[in-house]
Amino acid sequence: MDLITTTAAVDAAGVLLGGHGSPDHLSADFSARLRRARLGLIVALTGVVMIFVSFSSAYVVRKGLPTLDPQSGTLVHDWLPLQLPSFLLVNTLVLLVSTLTMELARRQAAREALATEISRSAVATTSTSPKEAQRMPWLALTAVLGLSFLAGQWLVWRELAASGFYVSTNPSSSFFYLLTATHGIHLLGGILTLIAASAAYFWRRLAESRAVVVDITAWYWHFMTFLWVNILCLLEVAH
Amino acid sequence: MATGEFAAHAAHAHAAPTSWIRKYVFSLDHKVIGIQYYFLALTAVFVGMILSLLMRIHLIWPTATLPFLGEIKPETYLSLLTMHGTIMVFFVLTTAPQGGFGNYFLPIQIGAPDMAFPVLNMLSFWVTALAFIVMIAAFFVVGGAPLHGWTGYPPLSALQSAGPGEGLGADLWVISIALFCLGALMSALNFITTTLDMRAKGMTMMRMPLTCWSWFITAILGLLAFGVLLSAGILLLLDRNAGTSFYVPLVTINGQLAGHKGGSPLLWQHLFWFFGHPEVYIAILPAMGLCSQLLSVFSRKPIFGYKAMVYAMLSIGFLGFMVWGHHMFMSGMSPYTAFAFSVMTMAIGVPSAIKTFNWLGTIWRGRLRFTSPMLFALGFVSLFVSGGISGPFLAQPVLDIQLHDTYFVVGHFHLIMGVASIFGIFAATYYWFPKMFGRMMNESLARWHFFISLIGTYAIFMPMHYLGMAGHLRRYSQLTELNYLHGLVPLQTFMTYAAFVTIAGQFIFLFNLFWSMKFGKKASDNPWEATTIEWTTTTPPPHDNFGGHMPVVNNGPYEYSVPGAPRDYVMQTDPPLAKAH
Amino acid sequence: MGLVLLVVIWLITFISAYFFIAKTWWLPAGASVAAAGIDHHFSTTYILMGAVFVAAQVILGYFAWQYRDRGSASRQAQYSHGNNTLEITWTVLTLILFVGLNFMSSSIWASERFRPAGPGAVQVEVTGMQFAWYFRYPGADGKFGATKPELQDASAGGEGAIGLDTTDPASKDDVVAGTMYVPVNREVDVTLRAADVIHSFFIPAMRFKQDAVPGIAIHMHFTPITVGDYEIACSQLCGLGHYKMHGILKVVNQEDYDKWLAAREAEKQ
Repeated sequence: MDLITTTAAVDAAGVLLGGHGSPDHLSADFSARLRRARLGLIVALTGVVMIFVSFSSAYVVRKGLPTLDPQSGTLVHDWLPLQLPSFLLVNTLVLLVSTLTMELARRQAAREALATEISRSAVATTSTSPKEAQRMPWLALTAVLGLSFLAGQWLVWRELAASGFYVSTNPSSSFFYLLTATHGIHLLGGILTLIAASAAYFWRRLAESRAVVVDITAWYWHFMTFLWVNILCLLEVAH
Repeated sequence: MATGEFAAHAAHAHAAPTSWIRKYVFSLDHKVIGIQYYFLALTAVFVGMILSLLMRIHLIWPTATLPFLGEIKPETYLSLLTMHGTIMVFFVLTTAPQGGFGNYFLPIQIGAPDMAFPVLNMLSFWVTALAFIVMIAAFFVVGGAPLHGWTGYPPLSALQSAGPGEGLGADLWVISIALFCLGALMSALNFITTTLDMRAKGMTMMRMPLTCWSWFITAILGLLAFGVLLSAGILLLLDRNAGTSFYVPLVTINGQLAGHKGGSPLLWQHLFWFFGHPEVYIAILPAMGLCSQLLSVFSRKPIFGYKAMVYAMLSIGFLGFMVWGHHMFMSGMSPYTAFAFSVMTMAIGVPSAIKTFNWLGTIWRGRLRFTSPMLFALGFVSLFVSGGISGPFLAQPVLDIQLHDTYFVVGHFHLIMGVASIFGIFAATYYWFPKMFGRMMNESLARWHFFISLIGTYAIFMPMHYLGMAGHLRRYSQLTELNYLHGLVPLQTFMTYAAFVTIAGQFIFLFNLFWSMKFGKKASDNPWEATTIEWTTTTPPPHDNFGGHMPVVNNGPYEYSVPGAPRDYVMQTDPPLAKAH
Repeated sequence: MGLVLLVVIWLITFISAYFFIAKTWWLPAGASVAAAGIDHHFSTTYILMGAVFVAAQVILGYFAWQYRDRGSASRQAQYSHGNNTLEITWTVLTLILFVGLNFMSSSIWASERFRPAGPGAVQVEVTGMQFAWYFRYPGADGKFGATKPELQDASAGGEGAIGLDTTDPASKDDVVAGTMYVPVNREVDVTLRAADVIHSFFIPAMRFKQDAVPGIAIHMHFTPITVGDYEIACSQLCGLGHYKMHGILKVVNQEDYDKWLAAREAEKQ
C-alpha cells in the first residue's frame, strides 16, 4: 500500500515539478485534478488570446488604413506613432523577474504538496502540516512585483498624459492605452489569485489544493509575461 | 490512504446541498443550472416574440394606437427590431440549446457526475442573467432602447446623437453584450474541458452521441468567437464615450462635426462578422445534433453515416470562421476579397447538404414513431432545407447585389435560426422533459403546437423571399414612402395574420410545459426506449447523476434494431455487442 | 400521422413553388446592361436550387409516410450505419453544383466590379446623409470641387447640404441636385460618399447596390439602357428616417440630359 501511495505521490509531484506526466488510474485523484485544471487553463487562455488577436489585428489594420480627406477628396494616412516612454523597459524587467519568482513559488508549492503526501502516508498519526522552517515567500514576492508592475504602468500612463497623449488623442495613443489596460486587468486577476493563495497558506488549507491553484496561476502568469513581451514588440515595431 | 482522503474531499464537494438558496438559486449542480438557463431563455423568447408581434402590427397598421405604447413611431419600430434580434440571437438561440440542454445533458450523456468546474458554471449563468437584465433595462432609460439593429454598425451605433435610443440605451446594449460574452466564454471553457477530460470508461470520442459532439464543437466556436465580439464591443464603448476613433471617420451628425476622425466603419463589420458568422453555427449546431439523435431514436435505426456527421459538423465549425465576408459583399470591401469569401461560402453548403442526406438516409427503411420530439425533428429537416436553399443565392455576390438587405435575407435567417433552431429547442423540450421533470408532456397539445407552428412559420417566412426578390428592403418601419412597395402590402398583411395565429399557438406549448410539470402522466426511466446514458439513470437523475455507480460504456449511441438482439434497442451501457463498435 | 405529414409538407412545398414559378412577385424589370446577365444567372440558380428544394421536401414527406411504424405489419428497421460510396457520391455532386454555380456567377461579378468605369463615363457623385440623397455633377472642368464637413448646412439646400467649398475654383461649375439625371446608353461612374453614417445606394431596376461609407469614396458603375423614372432606396439602416430616404433616377436621352444640365449651370449664375 505504502509503495503504491508513494509512487502515486511521486508521480503527482513529477506532474507538478516537471510540468508533464500522464497519471494512470492508480495515481492520486490530485493528479487528475491538476490535469483538468491545466486543460481548463489552456482553454481559457485560448479565449484570452482571441481578445488580444482582435486588438492586435485592429491595430495593424488601423495603422495602415488611409482615410478620406474631404478637402482634397483623396485618401491620406494619419497614423502618428507614439513615442514609448523608456520606463516601460524597466517595468518589463520587473515583470520578467516576477515570472521567475512565480516559477520558484510554483515549485515550492509542489514540494510542499509532495511533502504532505509522503508524510501522510508514512506516519498515520502525526501532524500533517508542512514544516514551518525557513520558507522564502516567493508567492508574496511575486504578488508584490506584480503590483509594482501595475504601479509602473500607471506611472507610464501619467507620463504620457503629461506629454498630452490621452486615450482619444490619436489612434496610436488609443491603442497603447487599450492594450496596456487590457493586459493590466488580466494581470490584476492573476495577482488577486496569488493573494488568495498566499492567504490560504495561513488558513492551513490542503497543500495539494494550494499546489493546484498556484500551478495554474503560475502558468497563467508566465503567459501574461509572454503576452506583455508580444504587446511591447507590436508597439515597438510600429516605429 | 491518501487517495481515500482525496476521494472524501471530492465527495464532499459533490454532496447534495440542502438550503433552498444553494439548491435552487446558487446551485453548483449542472442540472439545476441547465434548468435556470432554460427558463432564462424561455423568458427571453416570450419578450422577443412580443416585440416581433408589435413589429408585425406596425408594418400593416403604421398609424394604429396601441394600449400602453400609443402610436409606434419609426424610431420605436427600429428599437423593437434591434432588441428583438439581439434578445433572440443571444438570449434564446445561444442560451437554450447550449446553456440549457447542453449543461443538463452533456455530463450525463458522457457519463460524468457534473461539469468540470461547477462554480464557474454557476457564475456563467448568473453573468448571463445579469446581461439579460441590463439588456432589458435599455428599454426603460431616457431615450429608450437603441435603434441600430442587432448588428450595430457604426457610425450609427457609435454616435450618441445619431438617433433616439443611441444614448444610454445603446451603452447598456453594448455592456449587456459584453457581459454575455464573458458568460459564454466561461461556459465554453466548461464544455470543452468536460468533454475532453470527464468521459466515462469506454466512452471514446467516436462513441459520443451526436448531441455531445454538437455541444463540444459549439463550445469551441464560442471560445474563439466571443472574445472577438467582446473586443469589438470594447472599442465601440470607447468610441461612444472616450472620444476615440476606432470606427468613426470624420463625419457630421445633425449638422455638427461629431468630433472623430480616421476611424473605419468596416473594422467593426469585420470584427462583428468574424464573430457573427460562427454565431449562427453556434445557434444551429446543437439543433442539428439533436435532430440526428431524435431521427435515430424514433426511426429505430442507427444514424446514417455517424462518422460523416461528425466530420460534417467539424467542417461546418472550421469553415464557419472563413466566410464572414459574405455579410459584407456590398460594404465597400474589395471585390476580389468578396470572390474569395463567396467560394468558401458555397463550400460550407456542402457539409450541411451531407447532413441533410444523412437525415433522410436515417429515416429511410426505418420504423417511424411519430412522437412529439419526432414531429419537431422532421419539421426541423424540412425547415433546414427551406432556409438552407436560399443560402446559395445570397452566397453569390452577383445575386447578393439585388438581395442584400432585403426581406430575402430576413426570410433566409428566420427559417434557419428563427424556426429550425427553435424547433430544435421544442424537440429537446418534449424529448427530455420526462427525464428532467419525471412526467410526460401532453401529446395532443404537442401535435396542435407542432402543426400550428410548422404551417404558421412557413406562412410568415416563405413569403419574405418573394418580398425580397421584388426589392422590399429590411428594417423599413413603413411601406408608405416607396411606390414599388405599395403592391407588397397584401403579402405583408397575410404575414401579420399568420403571425397572430402562430404566436397564439405558442401559448399551447407554454401551457403544456407548466401543466405537465404538475399533472403530466408519470414517466418511466426510459419512456422513449432510447440507448444513450441519460436513459439509464433514474427520473430525475440523482445529484451525482448515477447514484455512485459511474457507467461503463460498451456500445455506440445508435444501436437500434440490431439483428438478433432481444429488443430493438441496445443501451450504451449494455454488454458489448458481438460486432465491436 | 405519416400521411398527414406527407400532405402538409407536400402542400407547403407545392404552394411555395407555385408562387416562385408563377413569378407572382418577382425581380423588377431590368433596365441596365448588367441586368440581363444577372437575371439569367438568377434564373439558373433558382431552377437548380428549386429542383433541390422540391426533391428534398418531397422525399422527406414520402419517407415519413412510407416508413411509418405500421405495428406488426412493419418489418424491423434496416440496421445500417451508412454507405460510404453514397456519402462520397453526394458530397462530390453537391460540391460540383455549388462551386459550379459560383464560378458561373464570378465572371459576371468580375465584369461588373473588377474593372473601373471607362474613360467616357458620366461622372456623378452621390452623397447620402440622414435622410436624403444629393447628386453632384462636376461640370465642364470634369473635376469635383472640395467639400468641407464644417460647411455642411442641410437647410441651405444642395450645395450647402454637402458642404461645398465655394472658394475652390473647381467648385464653380459643380451642380448639386436632389434628383439624379443620367443619359441613356452611357456608362455612369458613381462616386459614393456618406456624410454621417453608413447608407446604401440601391436602384432595383439597375441591379445596382453599393454601401456609401463615411471616410471612403467608393466608385461603382452601371449603364442604363431604357429611358424612364426609377426609384432609389436606401438599403442600409441609417436611423429613424431610413424608410423614407429615397430618390428618383431619371434616365433620359442625351439631348434632354444636356439641356437639363445646362439649365442647372445657368441657375448657378
